[in-house]
Amino acid sequence: MIRGRISGRRAGLASLLLAALALGGCSTAPVIEGEEAEEPVFSYDRVVREDVEQFGEQEDRFEGFNRAMYRFNYRVDKYVLLPLVIGYHKVTPAFFRAGVHNFFTNWFNIRTIYNSALQFSGRKVFQTTGRLLVNSTIGLLGVLDPATEMGIPQHNEDFGQTMGRWGMPAGPYLVLPLLGPSSVRDAVGMGVDWYVMTEVRDEVLDPNDWWKRAWTLLYVIDTRAHVKFLYYGTGSPFEYRLVRTLYTTKRELDVEK
Amino acid sequence: MSVLLPSSRVRHGLLLLLLLALPSASAAYDYPFDDAFVATVVGTPLEYRAEFERKVPLKRRSIRVFPDREVPEVFFYDEKLRYSYALQKGPAPLIFIIAGTGGSHDGPGVQNLGKAFFNAGFHFVALSSPTHTNFIVSASESMVPGHAFDDARDLYRAMEAIWDNLKKKTDVTDFYVTGYSLGGFNTAFVAKLDAEKQVFGFRRALMINSPLRLYSSISLLDRMLENVPGGDENFGQFFQDLVDAFAKVYTRSASLQLNEDFLYQAYEIFKPENEVLAALIGTSFRLSAANMSFASDVMTDYGFIKPKNVRLTKNTSLDQYNDVALRLGFTDYFHAYFYPYHKALDPKVSRTSLIEEMSLSSIEGFLRTADNIRVVHNQDDLILEPGEIDFFRDVFGDRAVIYPNGGHLGNMLQRDVIAHIVNVVQE
Repeated sequence: MIRGRISGRRAGLASLLLAALALGGCSTAPVIEGEEAEEPVFSYDRVVREDVEQFGEQEDRFEGFNRAMYRFNYRVDKYVLLPLVIGYHKVTPAFFRAGVHNFFTNWFNIRTIYNSALQFSGRKVFQTTGRLLVNSTIGLLGVLDPATEMGIPQHNEDFGQTMGRWGMPAGPYLVLPLLGPSSVRDAVGMGVDWYVMTEVRDEVLDPNDWWKRAWTLLYVIDTRAHVKFLYYGTGSPFEYRLVRTLYTTKRELDVEK
Repeated sequence: MSVLLPSSRVRHGLLLLLLLALPSASAAYDYPFDDAFVATVVGTPLEYRAEFERKVPLKRRSIRVFPDREVPEVFFYDEKLRYSYALQKGPAPLIFIIAGTGGSHDGPGVQNLGKAFFNAGFHFVALSSPTHTNFIVSASESMVPGHAFDDARDLYRAMEAIWDNLKKKTDVTDFYVTGYSLGGFNTAFVAKLDAEKQVFGFRRALMINSPLRLYSSISLLDRMLENVPGGDENFGQFFQDLVDAFAKVYTRSASLQLNEDFLYQAYEIFKPENEVLAALIGTSFRLSAANMSFASDVMTDYGFIKPKNVRLTKNTSLDQYNDVALRLGFTDYFHAYFYPYHKALDPKVSRTSLIEEMSLSSIEGFLRTADNIRVVHNQDDLILEPGEIDFFRDVFGDRAVIYPNGGHLGNMLQRDVIAHIVNVVQE
């Protein structure tokens, strides 16, 4: 569920993707020992009526790849991201972490503004521009969040939602390495937003390489720290499907909202 | 799916409106819902809860209970039993907290109890229910959960292993144990085992909203899904419709957030009939039943849902098994798996004898005399058949406190109830 953009590692990401695609050849069929599967007490044919819709029915043509990525992300999360988040909590005071979070939230209002404009939502452009202006000035470059106290609502719009607004379907479900659940449309949207926001950052703030590295690291940690999800923590053997359904539903709602 | 669990909570001003609409609440204590179904689904609104000052320094850990167990690759992530704990700075009493049906050690029920006990000066260790997938895979000896005595042995073994790790870190003055719902039932059998083994010598064992006879409770819970339009065959559709309905509420209201208030807010908007609330409760338990029976079946290769000779790989799609599992209730699990499984182990077992054994009545003599056991219950608990509450009055006498309302666990976090829960353990 890590949905951050991780900048500056294009080549690394590309090779990861290739490796993942190679894994994606994995079959989603079980291994049958013997000629054919024995009949269980409750077989699918016995208890599931074909004419009744089932919960979370959804085409998932990349399921083999997706499941492999889901496991890969679990390991990255467990051995890299969560230890980073825990260390971050140990070495930084709460006001610093709140400041970092407010800063990134404020910064990504820029993304919401151009996407709201592309979705022809004057209300969201207006409110979000208000947030950005208030928080960037009296909020000390976004470190504080006076806009919330003033009652200006926070919207979150991205290019995936914009394309959805334009009528583009989400396409097949896709679990991205490091970034988590997505769809073909949303993955493209993420790439576009990442490109635009990096260009804007380099243009507006002109950071040197060290600033860029610190930015990326803090952004990744802050994003993870604010996602309340643990891989394989739902207690359901069917977690992969549950997450797929909830992600897909959530994105449909985000586009609509 | 936490939005569907009965332990959701509330902080809304609209609550006042609701209070005006309801018949006057019971005078015994300040809990707003007289209807057992509403109480069970909505729980305790935040403004009726206790506030706790100290933040809980929660640690999450996992431990290998059976070093030689080979876990099927589809459950590669569940090799170790997960648990959590929080310790006081100095020596303190330690309480083990056992989750209810399908519940996790880090779910809201256990953690809210943990917060209350931690603020009262206890160390606590939180355990998942023996019916939770992670527990079945990593810590259940038989891997077929739901057996009162087997589950107690599994829990006791896990507690010993965890204590073995913790005792280097802290000093403990006395041991305690508690649990709610099925965890309350487990507590009774764990206390009995402890009376024999004496490893912990529990000073108090507190059972909260425990079932009396498991078969009664699972039958009641399964029957709640009779309210699904078109019957149980349509459960998949019903569940999907439910998610879609929530989705609509979410998109239509600008102020609605997908957080722990969501269920209460949705309740406020829909004002559903009791039949719908019953179906919601049934759904929440059905999800637990589906997870439990599938996990157990894969572990034992019984051939309940998964064909015996089929091996699941890490990439195997489980969607069709999920569809099947969601169609099966606890009673299906009992009759077509649990009972035949035990019959094969011991031909003397009959359906009736197994049903009667999985009941507090089977250890009634112990419960009558065990003066370290306490009970907290509700007169209108939905998991009890009519009259079953009298067993608790009769057997425990003044060791039981029974609230007039609250449904199943609805009032557990109400400030007077939680204060009572802590006091009764401390006294």
